[in-house]
This record gives sequence, structure tokens and C-alpha cells, in this order.
Amino acid sequence: MNRISPGVVPAPVLRLPWPAMLLILALGGFGALMLYSAAGGKLQPWSLSHGIRFGAFFTVALAMSRIPMDWYRIAAFPAYVVTLALILLVEAIGHVAGGAQSWLDLGFIRLQPSELAKLTLVLALARFYELLPSGELRKFAAIWPAGIIILLPAALVLVQPDLGTAMMIIAGGGILLFLAGLPLRLFIGAGFAAAIAIPLAVNFGMQEYQRKRVLIFLNPEDDPLGAGYHITQSKIAIGSGGPFGKGLLNGTQVHLDYLPEGHTDFVFALVAEEFGLVGGVALIAGLIALCLWAISVGVAARSKFERLTAAGIGAMIFLYIAINLLMVMGLAPVTGIPLPLISHGGSSMMTVMIALGIVMAIDRRNRQATSASGW
Amino acid sequence: MSGPIRLITEPQQGFSFSRRAFVLGGSMAGLGAILAARMTYLSVYENDKYRLLAESNRVNLTLIPPRRGWLVDRHGAPIANNRTDFRVDIIPDRLEDKGRVLAQLSQLLKLTAEDVARIEDDLKGASGFQPVAVAENLDWERFAAVSVRLPELPGVAPTRGFARSYPAGAAVGHLVGYVGTATAEQFKATKDTLLLTPGFKLGKDGLEKMLEDQLRGKAGAKRVEVTARGKLVRELATRPDEPGQTVRLTVDAGLQEFTARRLGNESGSCTVFDVLTGDILAMVSMPSYDPNAFSDGISRSEWKMLSQDDHLPLMNKTLQGLYPPGSTFKPATALAILGAGIDPRRTVNCNGGYTLGNRRFGCLGRHGPMTMHTAIARSCNTYFYTLGREIGIEPIAAAARKLGFGAEFDLPLPSQRYGTIPDTAWKMRRYKQDWTQADTLNASIGQGYVLVSPFQLALSAARLASGRALLPALIAGKRPQAPHLAFPDEHLAIVRGGMDEVVNGRGTAGASKLQLDGIRMGGKTGTAQVRRIMDRNRGQGGDWKYRDHGLFVCFAPVDNPRYAASVVIEHGMGGARAAAPVAKDVLTWLFDKQKALDSLAAFERAWGGDIRTRMAAKEAAFRASNGLAPIAPSATPGASATPTLAPSPAATPAPAPTATPSPSPSPGIPA
Repeated sequence: MNRISPGVVPAPVLRLPWPAMLLILALGGFGALMLYSAAGGKLQPWSLSHGIRFGAFFTVALAMSRIPMDWYRIAAFPAYVVTLALILLVEAIGHVAGGAQSWLDLGFIRLQPSELAKLTLVLALARFYELLPSGELRKFAAIWPAGIIILLPAALVLVQPDLGTAMMIIAGGGILLFLAGLPLRLFIGAGFAAAIAIPLAVNFGMQEYQRKRVLIFLNPEDDPLGAGYHITQSKIAIGSGGPFGKGLLNGTQVHLDYLPEGHTDFVFALVAEEFGLVGGVALIAGLIALCLWAISVGVAARSKFERLTAAGIGAMIFLYIAINLLMVMGLAPVTGIPLPLISHGGSSMMTVMIALGIVMAIDRRNRQATSASGW
Repeated sequence: MSGPIRLITEPQQGFSFSRRAFVLGGSMAGLGAILAARMTYLSVYENDKYRLLAESNRVNLTLIPPRRGWLVDRHGAPIANNRTDFRVDIIPDRLEDKGRVLAQLSQLLKLTAEDVARIEDDLKGASGFQPVAVAENLDWERFAAVSVRLPELPGVAPTRGFARSYPAGAAVGHLVGYVGTATAEQFKATKDTLLLTPGFKLGKDGLEKMLEDQLRGKAGAKRVEVTARGKLVRELATRPDEPGQTVRLTVDAGLQEFTARRLGNESGSCTVFDVLTGDILAMVSMPSYDPNAFSDGISRSEWKMLSQDDHLPLMNKTLQGLYPPGSTFKPATALAILGAGIDPRRTVNCNGGYTLGNRRFGCLGRHGPMTMHTAIARSCNTYFYTLGREIGIEPIAAAARKLGFGAEFDLPLPSQRYGTIPDTAWKMRRYKQDWTQADTLNASIGQGYVLVSPFQLALSAARLASGRALLPALIAGKRPQAPHLAFPDEHLAIVRGGMDEVVNGRGTAGASKLQLDGIRMGGKTGTAQVRRIMDRNRGQGGDWKYRDHGLFVCFAPVDNPRYAASVVIEHGMGGARAAAPVAKDVLTWLFDKQKALDSLAAFERAWGGDIRTRMAAKEAAFRASNGLAPIAPSATPGASATPTLAPSPAATPAPAPTATPSPSPSPGIPA
């Protein structure tokens, strides 16, 4: 980097995390391309708005990368509380309007506070474990406040009812506790408990439509035209793509409306149908590389807050990807989790881009520290 | 892990974080690998399966119903052909919101309440993909009105196809039958999806039913790309249909139609044979139904009208009606008498009847001394009672069977009744009783247990006229000449001479002499009692349904027979009065069409128009008396509808599929 003469490229530009930024730009741009295809070769209604939002939030992320880390430290708990308040607010509005509603219409975006909760949860937990002295880590005091921090938003989202997001919040929180260094036996025990509790929950704790989705996931052919339709059609789209795909705009499953939601949750099926195995695996690799980058930023970070935030964000984005792709390939039930940066949708785009902005901020601190130590 | 809790230091926690972050990153990569493997499995190993599924999603195979083979008469004139047809069906499985769709359809297509009731009935009985006809014979405007609104009408299928057309209408009703959509049972039996294709019809009765295999042809197919909502994107490929074979009948369409018209308002039947070959030239049962209306699916009121009619328009009386032949049976008895060696010149004195024990068997007059010749001519019962009793029932039954009575024939028509030619064994089998002399007397004049169909009567006349054991035929084609009947030629000549006398001498049917130079008709009248002869009116008046049936068998020319026929007029009161004049005009048509048509024109003026006009008037009257709205004029298929070009009536048995555009429904894309 130092070889390039400082006069040509300004130093602040050079200090940007270029590989990660290019990866993010490539993924967002690819998303816009796929949405262009999903609309049958038209920018409207999805591709253009996706591109505009992506551009706007990318700028926001760049701006956030220059905010000092202490500001995030200070904002961690208040942001968490505000998010909980927003979730309560949409529930109250939904209750008054008579019907389940999980979003606030801000005009340019339909804000889903439950999406934001995934990010503020990570910040709040990271802040909590930074404040907790290392010596307390093996005590009960290291667990119960974290438990409350995780379960509060999870419970609020669950009553919306949005089982997918609630599970993702619990899983993301759990990964953060794991990274914070809680004893392994806790996780093993929790794993056993889940193995017993999940079948019970499916049978007794779930709404009828949720139970149906799980059961149909287990056997989609039982109901090929009803609730199993999405999974069946998604597998047909992926399987018919073959190694190299049918080519852009040639995917019949989405273009002839056999696969619904081809522009949102099932966008990966469209990718696989039009670009085949090669395109699909490249996209998976790009997305996982993004998560690994966030974790590597965390590993390189100096403070506990920075480490846990970067790695926690990496884990959270990975959960989006994993749950979405497992669902699209017929390995998990249909839950309504979008594919980050590719699916059309404002809230998840905003959450993911803000999170990436925070990771970029941590990355920037790491570089400053490295270059400082280098002097 | 017992003992005091191990305290963790800051560096330890940092080290544990790095280690666990590495584990997390590793699991991410691992899950990425699982996803890639799963994708490989789906898109490489199961690629064929899913590609097929994607194709079957995308591509919709529609069958094109084959054009049905024509039925043509002996000269190639069409009896049943096809005309272009715009139609609308409902596919029950795809139907959503039945009430709304039906309401919109009835508004667009101007359906009557009766039509809607019929559609609702059909929908209840239909299952799955079996189409239910909504309307046929639509004009382009109404067809297009439905086509453009298809997206709001799920389950509605407009099609441009071919419909069956019978130019002669009711005149060929019982002969050809009609076509209709397949029943659910027929589909279950064959699993042939062609049966579910909108617009496809198969033979339901008559020749249409029996010749189904030859007439059907092979379906074409069209591959179209469709969206999940069934909207057509584009056509991919089309394989044209193979039209069914054209079947040439022995029937003469002109004679068939003339005969049907000549029967007028009577409930009757007439069959005409070509005596040289056994070809059936005409086979008419009237009144009849209009097969055009039946093939379109008839309404409840139409069905009600036909089934309530005491003239039985739904019954093919030619083959399924059984009547005592009365005196038309006497030629058979005469042959038996001659066969027993009795001299035809022997006289029997008729004093108005015959006494057996204390029972008196009446004759229609006091004829005095009778030979066989005069007994046939004047239809003297006493002669046949006397000599019939002398020879017994067995020879009479044998002679009758040789003439074709009591038998069924190999005809491509769904049902015939063979009637009864009684003998001692029959009576024992049927009634567990011995045969009596009285039974013989009744049988010898064609009464009692004797029952024959009008078709058998015509065949007996043809056999008598030709002296050959003719077999009836409806499908044109070369057949070996029929063998001679086991009657000596002299005996046949004697009987034919008597029948000549009936019409042309001092006989019962003198009024029906052919008005043609050099051509004479031989015949025999008959009157079949509906009630006992003791009745006050003697069957000659009173209620229509208690009047006697009039029968007549005939052949012409007498000296060298060419044609033979039978006419039966139900409740016509007598053969000479009701049946013989019809036979006279029908045979006249064969020798001089204009003369026959002139006489028909006079009759039709008196009856109130031709068959179609009279049937329409009758239906209008029926509807008026049942409080139904009159039919809109556009709903009835015009007989003037242009027949389609293919297949040509003179087509070879296997016409090559031509490049004519196939009937392609273009829903959603109106021109």
C-alpha cells in the first residue's frame, strides 16, 4: 500500500477495507441483477429500488465506519432499549389496527424493528461482556443478565408471531455467549434440552400454520400444491438449473410464476436456475467469505466489545444465509428469512448494511492500531 | 469439575475467544460445504428429474380432438359431417367461485335460466377434469367476449373446434344416432385423456355409436408454454389430428329424407331394401329427434317433451317396435301351404268365418269360393284358417323363419328385437302349455303370438321378391350374392302373383297402384289389432291409441323386382288406408322423383310445413303450455351452417394429414 504514491490516492481512501467493500458491492450489485431478472428483464418494480437502497445504505455504512468505537459503546444499551420499545410500538399499532403487523411505514422503507433487534442484541451483549470482569465469567452473574437480554426481544418477536426471527435471535445470542467464553458444558446441556424441547414445542407450542410448515418440510410431497408448494418448486428450480444454469432471464420457474417469492425469500432458487451450480456455489462462497471477514476482523480487534461485536455480526449474517439457503434447498422449514444483500426488502438490507458499517469501523480501528504499532 | 470455581483472566478470555471464533469460522465453512454438496446433488445428480418437472410445469400438452369421419350415403352425399364451432366449457377442477363465474358467463353468453340449470346439473355429476359444456355454436362476438375475460374466469375454457352436423336433421335421427361428451364411467374404463378434452364427442347411439372405432380418428396435440396461473405464453409445437374414416352407407340420403317427410305426423316406420343386394336404402322411424340438437346436449324441457310424446320419438320403431303382422304374414302362410303340397287352385268357401269347436274365427267379409290367388288378393282369413289348420303350425313357423322373421341380423345398430314366431316348443317353453288348434288359426293370419318388427317385414318382402336369402347391409361394399331361398320358384311366383293382384287387380290396395307407365307394385296389406276385434269400434275409430295398426309390405316392379319395402303406421286403422299410400309414394320416388315430390308438396302444405318447421312449432307449443320462455333464435344451430372442408366425402380410407391449420383455440389472444 505504501508503494502507491500518497499524492495520487488520498490516504483515507487507501485505508478503506477494499477487498471487503468490493465483495459487498459485488453481492449487492448481483442482487440488483437477479431482481432485474425476477421482474422479467425490467428494472421495475424491484431492481431499481434495491439498487437505490443498497447505494444509500452503503454510503451510510461508509459513514458509520468513521464513527469512533466509543460512540457505539455508549449507544449499545440505549439502542437495545429503543429497539424493544419499537417492537412494542408496532405490536400496539397492529393491535389497534386489528391485525398482526410487524412493521412501521417510514415512507421510503417499511421498518421491521425485529430486524434491527438482531443487531442491537449483538451490541448489547458485547457491551455487557465487556463490562463483566473476566473473573466473573464462570459465575451465574455472567449468564442471567445475558439471558434476559436475549429472551426479551425473542419473546416479543415470538408473539408477533414470527418464529423464524425469534429462533434467529436466540441462536445469534447463543453464539455470542459461546464467543464470550461461557463454559462449554452449558452449550452441550442446552443442546440436549433443545433436542427434547423442540419436538414438544412443535406439537404443543406452535400455531397451526407453523406446525403445518414444519410437518410439510419433513415431507413436502404430501402437499405439493399447498404449503409444500414453495419447497417443491424451489427444488425444481435449483435442480433444473444443472451445472451451468439456463442463462439470465431464461429461468422458467420464476418467470412463469411457478415459484412464488422469487424476488424475496426464494431468490437463491432463481440464481441457481439461471446460473446453475457454478453460480450458486460462487454466491454461497461470496456470502460466507463476508461472514468470515467479519469474524477475522473480530479476531484482530483489541477490545472485548470490538471482538464480540464483529464476530457476533458475522455470526448473525451467517444465520440469515444459513437459514435461508437451507430452506431454499429443502433442508429447513419455510420461515421467511431473506437472503442478505440479494433479496428484495428494506429492513434486512438496512440491518445488514449498518452491521457491516460497524464491522468496517472496527476494521478501521484495527488498521490504525496496526499502523500505530508499526511506527 | 468440582472444587472452587476456576477464575479466568483477561488474556485467557482473549485466547478462548480466538479459539472459539476459529471454531465458528470453521463451522461456517463446513455448512457452506454442506450447502454446496446439497446443491450439487440437486442440480447434477437429480438434474434430469427436476428438468423434467420444470418442463412439465412449463409445458402444457393439449389434445386436439380429431375431426370425426363423415357418414355418407351410397352416392357420397353427406349424412353426418362436421362444421366449425365456437364453444365454451368449464373444467370443474379449475373452477373457483362457481356462482360468480356462472353469473358472468350467463351475462356474457346470454344464457337462459334453463341453460344455467342444465350446467349446474352437469357440474354436480362431473368430476375432475371432465369438461362441462356451457355453450356451443357461439357467434364470434360472444366467443371473443369470453376469451378476453379469461383471467377473471378460472376454469372456463373457450375452444374453436368442430361440431357434428346432420344436414337431414330428424330424418336420419334413429339411423345415425347422435354424439355427446363421454361419461365419467367411460373415462374410468379407458383412462383416455382424449375423452376429457373439451369439444370431444363420441357416438352415443345408432351408427355413431357402433362405428365409433372407424369414425373417431386420432387426436392431435399442441404443446404450449403456460404460466402457473394457466395463462398461455406461446405455442411450442403442434401435431395435427388424423381425421376419422369416412364410412359409406348403403342408404340413399334422398330416399331416406323423402320417406321421413312422407310419414308426416304419423307414428310409423318404413324400411326400403335393394332386392338385388340386400342393401338398406332407407330406414326411417318417425317421429324422430333432431340429432343436431341431441349432439349439442339437449335441455331438460326438450327431453321432457320428447319423452312425454305418445308417438315415441325416442324409440327406433323399425328395429325395436314389435307388432302382430296381421295379414302381411299371409304370404308366409301361403308358402307353407304350397310347401305342404296343397294345390293353389283348390277352393275354400268363405262364409264370413271359420268355426273351431264352439269358437268362431271371423273374416272381414263373405268372400265365397277362394283360391290362393284370390285369398291373398282379398285377404281372406277363412282360406288361411282352413288350410293353416290342415298343415299345422310347424311348416308355417319354418316358412316364416326362412323369410327372416324371428331373427336378429348383423347390423351396426345398437339394439334390435327379434320378435316371436311361435311353435309348439316355443309355447311349451314360454307358457308351459300345449299348442292348440286355435293358436294355429291365429298364427296363420299373423295374429295371436306372432310378433315381428317392421324391419323384418321389409326383409321378408325383399326375400320373397328376390327368392334369395338376402342379408341386410347398412355399410356399402361388395358382398357375395345371397343363396336361393329353400322355396321352389313356382311357389314364390304364385305368392307374388297374388300380391300383384292385391294392388293391381281386385285386391285390398287397389287405390295405391303406382301411377307409372309399365311399373307395377306387388304388395300385401295388413291390419294389426290393438284391442280385441269384438270392440265396439272394431279398431276403426275412437281414441287414437286404441286404433288398429296399419301395415303394408310391397315390392316393385312386379315382373322383375328391384325394390322392396314395408310401412307400418301405428294406429293407422288399416294397411290399405294408412300404410299402402306411403309405400306407393316411396316406391314412386325410386322411379320418378319429381312425381313423388309433387305429391309430397301437397301433403306438407296440409300438414303445416316440413319436418323442421313442424318440430319447431311443436316445441314452441310445448314450451308455451309449460310456461317456458321461447327459445332465442340464435341458440338453434342453423342447418345452413357451412360444413367444413375436411375430410372430403370421397376421401380414401386413410386420408393423409393435410397441412390445413388445426383447430387452435387461442384463449386470451383475441384477434
